[in-house]
Amino acid sequence: MRHIILLQLENESGALSRVAGLFSARGFNIESLTVAPTNDKSLSRMTIVSIGDDDIIEQIIKQLNKLVDVVKVTNLTATDHIERELALVKVDVNSNYQSKIDKYIDKYNGKIVDVKEGICTVEIVGKSQKVNDFLAAIDVIKILEVSRTGVTGVCQKREY
Amino acid sequence: MKLNGAQILINCLQKEGVSHIFGYPGGAVLHIYDALSACDDITHILVRHEQGAVHGADGYARVSGKCGVALVTSGPGVTNAVTGIATAYMDSIPIVVISGQVSSTVIGNDAFQEVDAIGITRSCVKHNFLVKDINDLVNVVKKAFYIAMTGRPGPVLIDITKDATIAKIEFNEYPGSINVRSYKPEIKVEMSQIDKAVELIIQSKKPVIYSGGGSVIGNAYKTLRTFTRNANFPITQTLMGLGAYPATDRQSLGMLGMHGTYEANMTMHYSDCIIAVGVRFDDRITGNLDKFCPYAKIIHIDIDPSSIGKTISVDVAIIGQVNDILSALTQALKDKKLTNIDKWWKQINKWRAVDSLAYKTKDGVIKPQSVIEALYEVTKGEAIVTSDVGQHQMWAAQYYLFDKPRRWINSGGLGTMGFGLPAAMGAKIAMPDMDVACVTGEGSIQMMLQELSTMLQYNTPVKIINLNNGYLGMVRQWQEFFYNKRYSMSYMDALPDFVKLAESYGHMGIKVEKEVDLMPALVEAFKRKDRTVFVDILTDPSENVFPMIPSGAGHHEMLLSGHNDMVSTNDDGLNLV
Repeated sequence: MRHIILLQLENESGALSRVAGLFSARGFNIESLTVAPTNDKSLSRMTIVSIGDDDIIEQIIKQLNKLVDVVKVTNLTATDHIERELALVKVDVNSNYQSKIDKYIDKYNGKIVDVKEGICTVEIVGKSQKVNDFLAAIDVIKILEVSRTGVTGVCQKREY
Repeated sequence: MKLNGAQILINCLQKEGVSHIFGYPGGAVLHIYDALSACDDITHILVRHEQGAVHGADGYARVSGKCGVALVTSGPGVTNAVTGIATAYMDSIPIVVISGQVSSTVIGNDAFQEVDAIGITRSCVKHNFLVKDINDLVNVVKKAFYIAMTGRPGPVLIDITKDATIAKIEFNEYPGSINVRSYKPEIKVEMSQIDKAVELIIQSKKPVIYSGGGSVIGNAYKTLRTFTRNANFPITQTLMGLGAYPATDRQSLGMLGMHGTYEANMTMHYSDCIIAVGVRFDDRITGNLDKFCPYAKIIHIDIDPSSIGKTISVDVAIIGQVNDILSALTQALKDKKLTNIDKWWKQINKWRAVDSLAYKTKDGVIKPQSVIEALYEVTKGEAIVTSDVGQHQMWAAQYYLFDKPRRWINSGGLGTMGFGLPAAMGAKIAMPDMDVACVTGEGSIQMMLQELSTMLQYNTPVKIINLNNGYLGMVRQWQEFFYNKRYSMSYMDALPDFVKLAESYGHMGIKVEKEVDLMPALVEAFKRKDRTVFVDILTDPSENVFPMIPSGAGHHEMLLSGHNDMVSTNDDGLNLV
């Protein structure tokens, strides 16, 4: 099953490699991993999506907790949460695809962020499933490139 | 007063109560060595190879229960130390390794003797720190010792850049305690889990206690003994746990696992309630997981939550200090009535009667098992015994009956050949009044021979018991059983004359070729209190370690002594190696 794990650890050099190293050393799978500075400068915040059965996810959480720098690990999937991911999709609109893609952009609430030399760049934001659905829907059109941020998320509760 | 980083470091180590450092100098740590020369409280042991430094600190820590300290230079200094660090990590041994690093201004430039020590050691330390700013140094040292010694202990590396050892700041005091927001090792025992465990224990008709390294590292021997004796339960111990419960006691079944006794493994297999204390269900213990303890409810006591459910799912998990938990269990069982287990003991005694450690003697050859028995007799079972890795390690574990903890020192998790000699040196330094024996083989000993030189310089008299059979014995045994007797690269030709070798290092050497000479040689060796004696004993090259659970088999499918045929196992089994 797919799990979203929220990780908060001390913002020290090498924090990312400790986490990435743990996953590779123990053979855990990473579907996506996002990390960027937040309002709390002392913490490095990562959102990791991993796929595994319950035993594996339990081990992942335990092993992450064991890292000395880790302040908090939350399995977002197990609680009320919001997840979002952004994708930039570059499509070929040289032929008569423009009208077709417009239909899907409307349906999936996407946004055209750039049109240049027959290339259209679409921004799509939502749960990963929505991004997947959009990409499947526009499969008839020539997709030149897709770049996804990976999932980021927050827990909906005040205390967690 | 303003001090440089090196002086501050040494000051901090003194405040931590460090009395011995095992190390080797080099460019990046010259300032530290300069500061060390002005310090009278710390004895520095100049090893001959950095791996020896870390094993030395490790042996010191295992025997004393204190934190071991090693000091190495950058680049090859720290890469040589990695095997030692990984060894300590696998066995949860508290050591602090200080490594020099090139100046912060040249990090990343492929400077002379530069290596990414933090990156290389990340997966085999409990934690590591890079100190580039002298202002961070004091807190990092405090944190390093705190992290190494608390919770599930382990090695911590402090990598210090050369410029941080040169820079000067005001040094006032070393903090008495430290609070690390992301690291909280104190765990309160959940009483509801104790209650659940008690329910299983009082109903059990076939209980067994399976105790491991956690009982030793967690200093839980007294509570383990009280708990075990009060309950009158049988107890088996892992390779890492030997000595926590006295091996000569009536309730002790000996070691379990791949080379465990028949009674220990059969008791595990048919048990209905396993009380696992400070263990991690390692593959050398469980054998084939599908066949592991099919009838048992399992209670797992450990300080590390990630040990729970890692390989085996358990019925009741109790997380915390083994000592606290065993006390709580003992207390909770006080006015409870346990199920009568006389029948279970009767069955266990039948298994015991198989006498699985019996071995056949042969005229004209020295049996390796008899060497360990002789060693036990000569030292009255009171020596600290270190070992290397292989057949000799298993024989030492099987035939030297450890009645006290912290007497049996070996690399159980990583299986590091070369560990025994420097660990013996570290043990002797920690316990100068005790006899220390290093049980080894001609393969292992040659991996760290150079430390014989250190042992002369610092006068650390150790008795080296070399079971010399000319083969990498454990490899040869597996090739005999599983590879149709194709002895690929397991025979060591061109061995040195170990007696002359020992003598050239300034020690004493004795060669034993006949059974009759064995006892007198050992007596002679242990009489020489002030000398390191290398006893080179030619043992039966064809001897195998029994009992044995072949890979892929269960605890009830052991091979007993005298088994000389090929063992049937499939590739799945061999994959478990």
